[in-house]
Amino acid sequence: MTPVISATALGRRYRDQAALEDVSLAVEPGTVTGLLGRNGAGKTTLMRIVAGQEFPTSGTIRVFGEAPAENEAVLRRMVFVREEQSYPDFRVSNAIEVASWFYPNWDRELAQQLLADFDIPPQRRIRKLSRGMRSAVGIVIGLAARAELTVFDEPYAGLDAVARQLFYDRLLADFAEHPRTVVLSTHLIDEVADLLEHVVMLDSGRVVLDAPADDVRGTAMTVSGPATAVEEFVAGRAVWHRQRLGARASVTVAGPLDFAAQARARALHLSLEPLSLQQLLVHASGNSADEKVSA
Amino acid sequence: MPLDEGTPLFVQIAEQLADDIVDGVLAEGARAPSTNELAAFYRINPATAAKGINLLVDEAVLEKRRGIGMFVAAGAREQLRAGRRKRFAEQYLDPMLAEAKRLGIDTDTLVSLIQGSGWQNGGDTP
Repeated sequence: MTPVISATALGRRYRDQAALEDVSLAVEPGTVTGLLGRNGAGKTTLMRIVAGQEFPTSGTIRVFGEAPAENEAVLRRMVFVREEQSYPDFRVSNAIEVASWFYPNWDRELAQQLLADFDIPPQRRIRKLSRGMRSAVGIVIGLAARAELTVFDEPYAGLDAVARQLFYDRLLADFAEHPRTVVLSTHLIDEVADLLEHVVMLDSGRVVLDAPADDVRGTAMTVSGPATAVEEFVAGRAVWHRQRLGARASVTVAGPLDFAAQARARALHLSLEPLSLQQLLVHASGNSADEKVSA
Repeated sequence: MPLDEGTPLFVQIAEQLADDIVDGVLAEGARAPSTNELAAFYRINPATAAKGINLLVDEAVLEKRRGIGMFVAAGAREQLRAGRRKRFAEQYLDPMLAEAKRLGIDTDTLVSLIQGSGWQNGGDTP
């Protein structure tokens, strides 16, 4: 299948600062891809290039096989919801109306339903809405557009946990009924981990992980127990992190551990705990506070 | 269900469905939840739910009826129970014995513990 987004050796520099470096990736149609990374990792820059709002300084970007910048045919097939989206000074209902003219697959009923779900008063001026409500307007537009490529860049500034859960639930439900390609950029990784089919992790402008979400689970394990037993068990494995508390040790090793290794760990009275996606990001960012990733 | 971090999600979905079949919650011949129903219930990607269902289709526990959905195959419950009996020792007995050894509980004590637990031989074996 032709990827919906394909980036080849993409780079973006601002003066002497590299926001993106040698980014190559492909987003397959009909998937939900998580674009993960810390603040400042380059997620927004990448999304803006995908949406044709910014030019790369090197490399190429293709969306539906074409360059997206100033390409009406591509942009109409895509909706891009930004963090802290700004709107002209008009009412919620006007913003919804304008969006409905632009997106060919717009679903009016869904838009009304979502406005009600998020308790957004349609006659209120957007300027008078709280930050969270403004974010919710973006989410309503992003979902009701039913665009073939739906890009959410940290769309939930000011939204509380309940409203974020509502967003995830509605996204999942509508995606299931109307499959499309979704890219969700976020640093709230554990919240969205189960929604993702594919994971791309950026760190300092580079891709540090690009894999199916299923493969990422069990990529690393933390082994803890009596220090001597732990050391015996991890000998010969790639160690990511080491911690000691008296005679106890806790060591994170590259996984996955096969069945025999798990049985051996049990025999040694060791406990095994897989790293969550979020913890993996912390390690991948080379920022595990007290110890560097080492072999 | 508290989804556990280590096992791939689709495997956990398959295991949950298998549990329901073993417990008789999902009877043989009954329609299994659809991909979208599972996705909404567990709050997971529909593709992941589909992979879980396919795992059970490969094992002939579920069967696809064109245009209608997935159904629990005849004999699925006994097939799953037989498979689990085979793995019972390594999954449940071995860890228990390891812990017993660690605590210095001898075989006689273990046996009397089991006998005193009110466990009735046979359970609900058909």
